[in-house]
Amino acid sequence: MKYTLAVLVENKPGVLTHISGLISRRAFNIESIAAGYTEEPDMTRITIEVEADDEYELEQVVNQLSKLIDVIKIIDLTGQDRIHRELALIKVKASPKNRAEVINIVEIFRAHIVDVNKETMIIEITGEDTKIEAICELLKDYGIVEIVRTGRIAICRGPRPAKNV
Amino acid sequence: MKMNGAQAVIECLKHENVEVVFGYPGGAVLTLYDELYMANFPHILPRHEQGAIHAADGYARTTGKVGVCIATSGPGATNLITGIATAYMDSIPLVVITGQVAVSLIGRDSFQEADITGITTPITKHNYLVKDVKDLPRVFKEAFYIARTGRPGPVLIDIAKNVFAAEIDFEYPKTVNLRGYKPVCEGDETSIDAVFTELCNAQKPLFFIGGGINLSDSSAKMREIIAYTGIPTVSSLMGLGCVSQNDPHYFGMIGMHGTYAGNMSTTETDLLIGFGVRFDDRVTGLLNEFAPRAKIIHFDIDAAEINKNVRTYIRVVADLKWSLNTFFAKIKQRTSAEWHQQFKPWLKQMYAWKEEKPLVYDKKSHQILPQQVIETISKITKGDAIIVTDVGQHQMWTAQYYEFQKPRSFLTSGGLGTMGYGLPAALGAQVGAPGQKVICICGDGGFMMNCQELMAIADLNLPVKVIVLNNSVLGMVAQWQRTFYNGHYAHSTFKTKADFVKLSKAMGVPAIRLENKNETQKLLENAICSDGPFLVEICIPNEENVLPMVPAGARLDQMIMGG
Repeated sequence: MKYTLAVLVENKPGVLTHISGLISRRAFNIESIAAGYTEEPDMTRITIEVEADDEYELEQVVNQLSKLIDVIKIIDLTGQDRIHRELALIKVKASPKNRAEVINIVEIFRAHIVDVNKETMIIEITGEDTKIEAICELLKDYGIVEIVRTGRIAICRGPRPAKNV
Repeated sequence: MKMNGAQAVIECLKHENVEVVFGYPGGAVLTLYDELYMANFPHILPRHEQGAIHAADGYARTTGKVGVCIATSGPGATNLITGIATAYMDSIPLVVITGQVAVSLIGRDSFQEADITGITTPITKHNYLVKDVKDLPRVFKEAFYIARTGRPGPVLIDIAKNVFAAEIDFEYPKTVNLRGYKPVCEGDETSIDAVFTELCNAQKPLFFIGGGINLSDSSAKMREIIAYTGIPTVSSLMGLGCVSQNDPHYFGMIGMHGTYAGNMSTTETDLLIGFGVRFDDRVTGLLNEFAPRAKIIHFDIDAAEINKNVRTYIRVVADLKWSLNTFFAKIKQRTSAEWHQQFKPWLKQMYAWKEEKPLVYDKKSHQILPQQVIETISKITKGDAIIVTDVGQHQMWTAQYYEFQKPRSFLTSGGLGTMGYGLPAALGAQVGAPGQKVICICGDGGFMMNCQELMAIADLNLPVKVIVLNNSVLGMVAQWQRTFYNGHYAHSTFKTKADFVKLSKAMGVPAIRLENKNETQKLLENAICSDGPFLVEICIPNEENVLPMVPAGARLDQMIMGG
């Protein structure tokens, strides 16, 4: 099963090394990891998507990560009412001949075209990973040149921030 | 107060009450060494950085204080790796100071540059790279705090060369402010209530004690609890000494080379209570069949140890000091006699196992057998010594045949199993406990790995006694090859026989070889009671096995027995 963890860490050099080092040493199965600044300048939030066989395995991931000195708090967002998003930039082949078809797909998915040249265009799409996979599936027919994805980020609904949970 | 970074490091060490450092100088730490020289700070010079870190480790295990070690950048730092990993696996508090190339040279593959914080990330509790002298006092304060609190462990501080020379207005912080590090002290009392209830219903409970009892200095309390309840007790390698080997409720070590009674009881128990243990594979054997009839209760300070290897029925996550006190108060609700009555049949069964198959070896052999040597050392010292081992057969024979009486009296690399650990660790132990007898027992293989530290021992005239059990083979490797690899002794036999007596004398340590079995007692007695350092080489047969033995991946009661 896939679990989503919000990991609040000190915004210091070396923190990501410690986290990635731990993940590889303990052989945890991480599907996605996304880090960025937060509302507090000295805190970074890392959203980790982890594949675990059972709750014991997840407990190990959480407990081992918690042991890192720079990890302030870990919140398991899995069962909670949350919104998760991922951003992808997709460079797809689009000749003047089929450009209209691609634009059509982009509109259906409420994505954006952020760059065009004679041979390709770049599409920006935000959403759940299933949505990104769906558009990629359609764009494959035209020829995908390059994809870059941010990894999943997640936030809980409701007034309270995760750090106060 | 205005000073340079190197002076600041020494001030930090003084504020942390560091009495001695183990180190080896080099380019990146020259400024620091210059200040150590001028401050006349106590410093011990081994002959290899690996010796320095194992010595700091031995010092920490003996004293319970944080061991401090210094090395230069690059190869100096990488030579520490094995020692850091050794300390990490056994939860030993160390602060390791390494020099780094100057900030302007970092990342350019400069001379003697190594990314030591990157390299040591998986084997330290935490590490730091200090590039700004202003960070030094805070980093040192945090490093010592992290190393010694919670589950202890090594912390590395990598300091860029220019930082040592930079000026700082020194002030040592009074407090530590780490949002992400709040070690647990007190646990959940209801969990202790639950343990009590289980214990009331248990017929065959078993205490399983480990290195955590040593680290938390809880040996005395543990002994009280055992005496009060009469519950049979077994230990891991790291738990040896926490309970007297002569305690009538103590049945030895369990695991791969555990006692018959210990391993049988683990298979039969209906309630296994682990105190400060990790349930590692050398203890559990086949994990799915470990303690198959038991509910497992786990007392530990580290939440990540719970359910790591075995499924825990009740967890008590707290400092053992708190949990044992709370637990003892709880079990006093019933009288000692009531508890003893409840577990009497179980204890009888334990004695039956112990009598049925005790540890045995061929006492009539005309050869000098290692087991007999260990028994003799045990008789001479009566448990009043610090026994340091290397890794291999001699380590297991020591664990089996030495009658440990005191906590912190057995220093061995349990988790990592580091050959070459013994001699430098004994050096550090003797520095930490100058008034005590320190005896280093090693095999010829491991001894050779760090034998250069005899010179450091000679430098200081430390009264360390070194017993080299020489069988001219890598004994444990050969045992496995004999048992599981059709007797193919693949590169486990040494062609050239070293003369360890000459080698020892060449390095300034008097030595003697024991050749006649009848002289064992007298010769060892003279050696152990001598004033200065001393080495005894004892030639033992090369086909002796450590038994009992549970083959890797087998169930604990499937032992290959001796005799």
